[in-house]
Amino acid sequence: MAEAVGVVAESLAGDRARAARTVLDQVVLPGEELLLPEQEDAEGPGGAGERPLRLNAGSRSRGRVVCGPGLRRYGDRLLVTKCGRLRHKEPGGGSGGGVYWVDSQQKRYVPVKGDHVIGIVTAKSGDIFKVDVGGSEPASLSYLAFEGATKRNRPNVQVGDLIYGQFVVANKDMEPEMVCIDSCGRASGMGVIGQDGLLFKVTLGLIRKLLAPDCEILQELGKLYPLEIVFGMNGRIWVKAKTIQQTLILANILEACEHMTANQRKQIFSRLAES
Amino acid sequence: MQRGLDSETKKQLEEEEKKIISEEHWYLDLPELKEKECFIIEEQSFLLCEDLLYGRMSFRGFNPEVEKLMLQMNAKNKVEEVEGEAVELDVSDEEMARRYETLVGTIGKKFAKKRDRANYEEDENGHIKPTVKVKKMFLKPQD
Repeated sequence: MAEAVGVVAESLAGDRARAARTVLDQVVLPGEELLLPEQEDAEGPGGAGERPLRLNAGSRSRGRVVCGPGLRRYGDRLLVTKCGRLRHKEPGGGSGGGVYWVDSQQKRYVPVKGDHVIGIVTAKSGDIFKVDVGGSEPASLSYLAFEGATKRNRPNVQVGDLIYGQFVVANKDMEPEMVCIDSCGRASGMGVIGQDGLLFKVTLGLIRKLLAPDCEILQELGKLYPLEIVFGMNGRIWVKAKTIQQTLILANILEACEHMTANQRKQIFSRLAES
Repeated sequence: MQRGLDSETKKQLEEEEKKIISEEHWYLDLPELKEKECFIIEEQSFLLCEDLLYGRMSFRGFNPEVEKLMLQMNAKNKVEEVEGEAVELDVSDEEMARRYETLVGTIGKKFAKKRDRANYEEDENGHIKPTVKVKKMFLKPQD
């Protein structure tokens, strides 16, 4: 224990920047600096005096690197601000240097522009609704931000309703604002979520894991019985099935699957399928 | 007797005031800071990082509208591959052509005078087509 602590203290005190490439999929801690690939080349073989000749010395061919959640720009390097695993995604279109981000886990949601969230209407004041999304402030939702809403044709939204919408304004200086239409003016699934069902809260990392394209949990769930799920990026999930018992089973599975291994999950699903 | 200032002196005073203001230099005397080219963009959203599916889902027909939406939205992510999809036609092109052919007859009949209505015959399939009637020309009497 003491040795491990000593090693960690040394590495933190030295604070040598590591190359981002070498740390992919490893745990990083806040305060670490990461070098991007091009800088690492320049600083590497400098000591030997044999620098590779660069024909395009002026321009950097890497394009723009995007630093995602958990990272910040620190001069020319990346500074880690959250603990978790470092991930990287190659650029699809060929331009840009790809995306780096930290896969961290937390329960508290911070509104981000473009996120789809589930909110609860807490107040109705004049022309706007106040919607609780789990952040530091309730978001505001204008009554005109629904599909087909006009000044005379108001949407049927009451206090206590569940709303699925996305943020248009979300930064640390202003109150977040959300809407229930997309840029073309269509609802595309957003708006008031229907009757019945159950709303519960999970961690943010689990939501992202469940919404990954190759998620087995959802595929297995879908085979059990007819159901409907809505995932909000603020950690809220709403489920509905034909009977109350089925709904509760769903909720329990989704809450528990974060800490289960794949084998345990398969056992539970097979038991459910039998009954 | 003149009260107040002359128009000339007024102008001079104004110009002097303007000079004073412009000389104050609204800009600080700092050396020009060159903004370094930054190749790093900060984004706080996970949408760029991970390809996430659409948040509303329905299984085994519980909510048909949501299932349609699921197909639409998740296909949007792969829209670049399937760009050349042909629009499904409800009515084929041939049928449209046939309809227009007979449409001319049906509507034309409406506007034809009573005498000309006899020209419109019923075809094999019940389509109304106007038969072209030869117009009677003046025949010059032969000697």
